[in-house]
This record gives sequence, structure tokens and C-alpha cells, in this order.
Amino acid sequence: MPEQPAAIRVHNMSEVTHGYSEAQARLEAMRCLQCRKAPCVGGCPVRIRIPEFIQAVADGEFARAATIIKESSLLPAVCGRVCPQETQCQEPCTVGRALKDPEKGVSIGRLERFVADWERGCGKVETPAVKPGTGKRVAVVGSGPAGLVCAADVRREGHDVTVFEAFHKFGGVMMYGIPEFRLPKAIVGEEVDTLRRMGVELTPNFVVGRTRKLTDLLEKDAFDAVFVGVGAGLPRFLGVPGENLVGVFSANEYLTRSNLMRAFERGKALTPIFLSKRTAVIGGGNVAMDAARTALRLGSDEVHLIYRRTEKEMPARIEEIAHAREEGVVFHFLRNPTRFIGDAEGRVRRMELLKYELGPPDDSGRRRPVAIPGTEYIMDVDGVIVAIGNSPNPLVPRTTPGLETTRWGTVVAADDGLTTLPRVYSGGDIVLGAATVILAMGQGRTAAAAINRLLAGGAPAREAAEKVESIPDQG
Amino acid sequence: MDCSPHTVLYKKQLSEDVFLMRIRAPLIAGERRPGQFIILSVDEEYGERIPLTIADADTAEGSITLVFQRVGYSTLALADFNPGDTLPVLVGPLGRPTHLENFGTAVCVGGGIGVAPLYPIIQGLKEVGNRVIAILGARSKDLVILEDRIRELADEVVVCTDDGSYGRKALVTGPLKDVCERTPKPDVVVAIGPPIMMKFCAETTRPHGIHTLVSLNTIMVDGTGMCGGCRITVGDETRFVCVDGPEFDGHKVDFDELMSRLRSFQDQEAEEIQRWQREHACRMQQALEAATPGKESPA
Ligand SMILES: Cc1cc2nc3c(=O)[nH]c(=O)nc-3n(C[C@H](O)[C@H](O)[C@H](O)COP(=O)(O)OP(=O)(O)OC[C@H]3O[C@@H](n4cnc5c(N)ncnc54)[C@H](O)[C@@H]3O)c2cc1C
Ligand code: FES
Repeated sequence: MPEQPAAIRVHNMSEVTHGYSEAQARLEAMRCLQCRKAPCVGGCPVRIRIPEFIQAVADGEFARAATIIKESSLLPAVCGRVCPQETQCQEPCTVGRALKDPEKGVSIGRLERFVADWERGCGKVETPAVKPGTGKRVAVVGSGPAGLVCAADVRREGHDVTVFEAFHKFGGVMMYGIPEFRLPKAIVGEEVDTLRRMGVELTPNFVVGRTRKLTDLLEKDAFDAVFVGVGAGLPRFLGVPGENLVGVFSANEYLTRSNLMRAFERGKALTPIFLSKRTAVIGGGNVAMDAARTALRLGSDEVHLIYRRTEKEMPARIEEIAHAREEGVVFHFLRNPTRFIGDAEGRVRRMELLKYELGPPDDSGRRRPVAIPGTEYIMDVDGVIVAIGNSPNPLVPRTTPGLETTRWGTVVAADDGLTTLPRVYSGGDIVLGAATVILAMGQGRTAAAAINRLLAGGAPAREAAEKVESIPDQG
Repeated sequence: MDCSPHTVLYKKQLSEDVFLMRIRAPLIAGERRPGQFIILSVDEEYGERIPLTIADADTAEGSITLVFQRVGYSTLALADFNPGDTLPVLVGPLGRPTHLENFGTAVCVGGGIGVAPLYPIIQGLKEVGNRVIAILGARSKDLVILEDRIRELADEVVVCTDDGSYGRKALVTGPLKDVCERTPKPDVVVAIGPPIMMKFCAETTRPHGIHTLVSLNTIMVDGTGMCGGCRITVGDETRFVCVDGPEFDGHKVDFDELMSRLRSFQDQEAEEIQRWQREHACRMQQALEAATPGKESPA
């Protein structure tokens, strides 16, 4: 897929990849064997009818392709860009299997993106039809992918929907976390506008649990049901000495300053951002890649990525790792900081790293990193970004009696999203632990279906979910 | 549920750089408890998010009162908002409310602008039956704020100024030390003001073993525990001021770290103030030209 050359793109925030032309898309679509088994569909968390949409692209019937995708996915322009296709739909692709390389499989994600962009580009995005009003009211807490999708699906049934968002802009991590160069904010903005056109009420600057208690939404404000999609916004830190020095940030803070508060537009934005020259990023996921690549774009001369395991175990999308490397991020595997060292003013100047080797696999199936004692060494840095994962944000559970959580802090929810409180549903990262856009979207959808059943009077007899321990995120 | 815009209802200049503002925010007014704060921004697109403690609330009017000092771009710009103007971003109430109980005798120490967030705490402490001794400090006479309102509530009020232009010529730690040495000694101290003042208040009470609460104002972004920018060290632990605070045990807070973290972005902040001054001068110029007859007013 055509993209901006690395040497140029590190100096701007514009999207890295340009997307297929029509001819390129059709050529790529023709690589699909249309195999009977269609293992790709099994790999897709929302079961998009992949062979059918790819056939439509091959036939040049892009509008048909868009319709097929939208049966299952409400945010194709987003998912086409940020889904980890190599571990989902593309992983079992017969073409890739034959060529013994999942990266050589059909580029399903890029085709999805092409279709979504084509539809937007020619102004063909339709506002979904909304059924006549039912007078029932649903509150959606959080405007990440889980909340947005739930709001759309509930609104379609004719219920009144109000989305409450803590921030002054909507979109959740898609807005404040994932950088512009990977997911243009205009795309997220368009999805939000679609909701607005559908008549969904969007209330920013509203922290449920603080501005209003969740239970008050049901009891005082007469909402008939609530969906909680507040995400996994609680940054983990390493817990080593010196982590609170000036110049050490969580990736959430660093990325929020740059993306949501637009600190990269120096001279316009009022929110400052730390301009370090030799930056270390700790972690190996998408968040770490985004932070590292943002640091380069903000003017770091060197960005060093520190990861405890090896490249093979890195949870980041393969494409992001490749892009980061092309842009000059230096990878240091089997290393972890043991402390950060500051100067007299409390600013970080150096860090101490300890070497690791891989031991036997842990619960997540990945080989466990084992420290090699006595291998500490010092590295000079003047900025550090900690990107070792997020835990579920406890604000809503803490302020909502009866909303039970697991011991990992995730909200307990049944398969249909129902929590331990009647009429309260939940989904996305707050239930799954830090996961993915597509899984959050899928859960928003499932919960919306359950809410629609509840409001139609066909609710399951169950009052609330049983307390069950769901599977935690393994970081 | 009244989510109408956050409109400025009233503005008063308390001293050269200190302003009091009442803003329409019925939901926040209804929910807020002493000790809580809001986050606001003066520009939705490019603004920064700054925390300000809620100084008072009026549920009948549906308003909250903020008292702030012009120190950076956002507070400089905020001071230019007038009644009728709407704040583009205002969210709250955030943070944990002050733990209020009848301790016995409570000493409330406020330094400069810190007297504003102290006011609702004094109110709360009085409501649950405490005897309250208020110590109010400022650099000079015209910087003493809310003295009359606090005199209405507190059992004893000591005012001191750095330059001796009003009340006792002392830092707040002077009268605080005297009060700590009384028998019986006070049961609790609440100190709010610049970090250096809170640090020295904590040092003053430490030898007397009097529990000392301080309310911290750090750099913040979201205010919901999402970014960790507000983190500080309390004892051996890292805590997030926006969700675990803003009040902490003053004897355990690492004030030196807090003060260096507050300076994280000092270079860029200086640039912003210069920018505000340029923009302000430019607006003044335009207003002047518009007001001068014979000159064309800019459209
Ligand atoms: C930097 C970064 C990069 C990522 N890259 C990828 C990627 O490439 N591919 C991928 O699939 N996934 C990626 N993810 C993960 C993905 O973004 C999340 O899994 C997904 O956004 C979760 O969606 P959600 O709707 O559950 O929550 P979120 O997107 O987290 O949204 C939750 C929203 O709720 C709001 N909120 C929180 N508390 C309250 C409250 N009390 N009241 C009101 N509102 C509240 C928050 O402000 C937020 O807007 C990335 C995550 C990050 C941080
Ligand atoms: S301000 Fe972001 S976590 Fe406190």
C-alpha cells in the first residue's frame, strides 16, 4: 500500500499510509481464492462476510461491498486501519498459509479501509434509519467504540439515547490515544456526526460517578437502561524508584497531550508537551509504538524502545512495529528499567536497565522474561514514556454500589453485557481489560441488542448477571 | 437534568490578580462537597485543562464560585470572561470530598489564593461541630481575601501578612506554631496554599504530632485518573491527586517532588504568557481603534 516515506513522515502528523487506489484494491481483491472454508470469517471478531465483500470489490461494486461490511461492523474506516488483522481475519487466510506468511495473505484490512474511504469520499455514507420514537430512554456512559456503537444500535430502534463523555471531545481512545498519523481524527469526527444526525444526544464534560451518580441516571433522571463503556483508562507504572521524576510520563498522558489537546501544533495549542531529545519508551504494544512514533514527530533525536521480551512476543500490530523501525525507533529487547535517575532539579537524566532472558511460557502462552542478576547498565535519557498497559478505570465501579468487579477490576458482565445491577449493561475495555477497538465495538453491539430486547418487553427473566470471573488481560 | 451551558453570572476583581467568578453549573453545584474541584478550559479546540477548587456553591441559583489568580495563559484569559460569556469546557465536581467529622479543634491555614478552597472546608467543619481557628496569610494587605466571610464562620481568626501591612507581620507558620503550643493542642490542621507554605506548615505541626491535611494542586489533564500526570509520592506510594486526593496527609507528601513536577513545563508556560500578552495588546489596540471616531472599526 502506498505510504509517506519514513524520512518525510517523521516530520508531520499526517496519515502514514495513503490507502489503495480503485485499481489496486481490485487487484488485491482478486488475490482472494473465495475458498469454501472462508477461515477469515472465523478469525473476525464480528464475523464480517469477508469473501462476499472482497468479491464485490473485485467486481468493482464498492457500494455493495460497503453494505456487506456494515451488516457486521459499524466503524469500518476505523477497524480497517487499527485492527490487528494478522492475528484475526488474515491469520488463517488460505493464500497466506499457502505462501507460508500471514503477511502475504489477502490484505483484508486494507480492503476494508478502501471500501470505507471510498464510501466517505463520494459522500455515500448514509445516516442509518431510525424507527419511530418509543419514548424509552437509554444513557450511554463513555464515547469510545463500545459506547458509540451501542448508542447507534439502540437509537435505530427508536429509543432516545444520551451519550455522556468525561472529556470535551467524543471518541474515547480513538480520539485521545491513537495518533492522527494512524487514525485521522476527522474519521472519528464523522462517526460522531453520524450519531448526531441520527438524533443521539451527546453530552461532553460529564463524569458519571461525579457529575451524577450512575444510579441517579436510572432513579432520578428516568433512564430506562444504562450502558457503561468507560474503557481501561488507568495507566500502569513500573513501580521503580525515580518514576515520578519530571520527564517521566504515562503514554496516556503523553498521547493525550499530543492528540486530544493537540500539543503537536506548537504555537496554537496551549497544552504544553515535554520536548525531550533522547526518549525511552517502555513497553511493546500498540500504545508503546504510538508513543515512540509521536516522540519522533515531536522532535526527539533518538527514541529507544525498551521491551522485556523479544520481538516475537510484542503485542503490537506487525505493521506498527515495521513503521516504527523504518522511522528510526531503536529497539532494545530483553531489557527492563530498574530505576530512573534525576538531576538536582528532579528531572530525569539516566535510567538503569536490567537484562532478561526468556524462560518457560507463562499463563498467556508467551515465554516468561527472567531477569539476569548483575547485568544492570546505565543509559542516558531526558524523557521516558511508560507504556506497559492500562487497567480498568475504577471511578464508575467505586461510585456505583452493587456494580461488581472481578479481582482485576473489570466490570462483571454476562455474555449479553448485563452487569450485576438490573438495567445496567457494560462492554468494551472496562469488561475485557485493555483489548481492541473491534472487540469493544462487538460488545457495544451485543449489549445494544440486549437493551433493545429489554425495552421491547422481551427481556430475559434474569434480573442481573451472576458474579463470574472473566478472563483478565495479560498485558 | 440541567446540562445547560456554563455561563458566567458574576465577576469581581478581588485584588490586582485575583478574581472571583460565579458560574452557572447546576449539576456541579448540587453534587459538590467541600474539598472538590473542577477542570476548565478557555478554548475547546486548543485550550489547556486546568484544575480550580470550588470555593462555594449556591444550589438555589445553580452556580459555583471560583476564585483564581492570574498566573498563566488560561487564568489570564479566564479573567477576561464577563457575565453572559460561556465557558467552553467545565467539568466536575472532581476529587474526593474532605473527610468531615467533629475532630474538636481544627486549625485552618490558608495562604494567598488558598483561602478560597479553605472556605467551604471551614463551613463543613463548623457544620459538624468543630471549633475552628482560621489563620489567613497573604503577601500584603490587598491580597487578603474572603476575610469577612471567614470571620462570620470561624471562632478565632488570625490574619498575617509578609510585609506587615495588615494584621500580624509573619508567615502563617508563626501563628500556627503558637496555636500548636497551646494546651490542649488542636486536634487537626488543614493547610491550603502554595506548596512551599504547605510544606512548612507540615513541618511546624510534625513535632506536635498533629494530623495535618494539605490540599494539592498539581498539573492535570483529564482529572479522572486516566493520565497519571497529577501523580505524587505520599509515604512510599504513588497517588493520583485527581482521584485519590486532592487532600493528603501533609506529613507524608513529598513536597520537593511536587514542586519540581509543577515546574515540568515552565519554559513553554513562559512562552504562553508572552503569547497572551501579545494577543491581549492586539485586542486592546483593536478595541481602541474601534472606539476612536473617524477610524474604521475592524469588521
Ligand atoms: C494508544 C493506544 C493505541 C491503541 N491501538 C489500538 C489498535 O491499533 N488497534 C486496536 O484494535 N486497539 C487499539 N487500542 C485499544 C483500543 O483503543 C481500545 O481497546 C478501545 O478504544 C476500547 O474501547 P472502549 O469503548 O471500551 O473504551 P475507550 O475507547 O477507552 O473509551 C472510553 C470513554 O469513556 C470515557 N469515560 C471514562 N470514564 C467516564 C465517566 N466516568 N463518565 C463519562 N465518560 C467516561 C473516557 O473519557 C473515554 O472517552 C489502543 C489503545 C491505546 C491507548
Ligand atoms: S489528571 Fe490525569 S490522572 Fe489525574
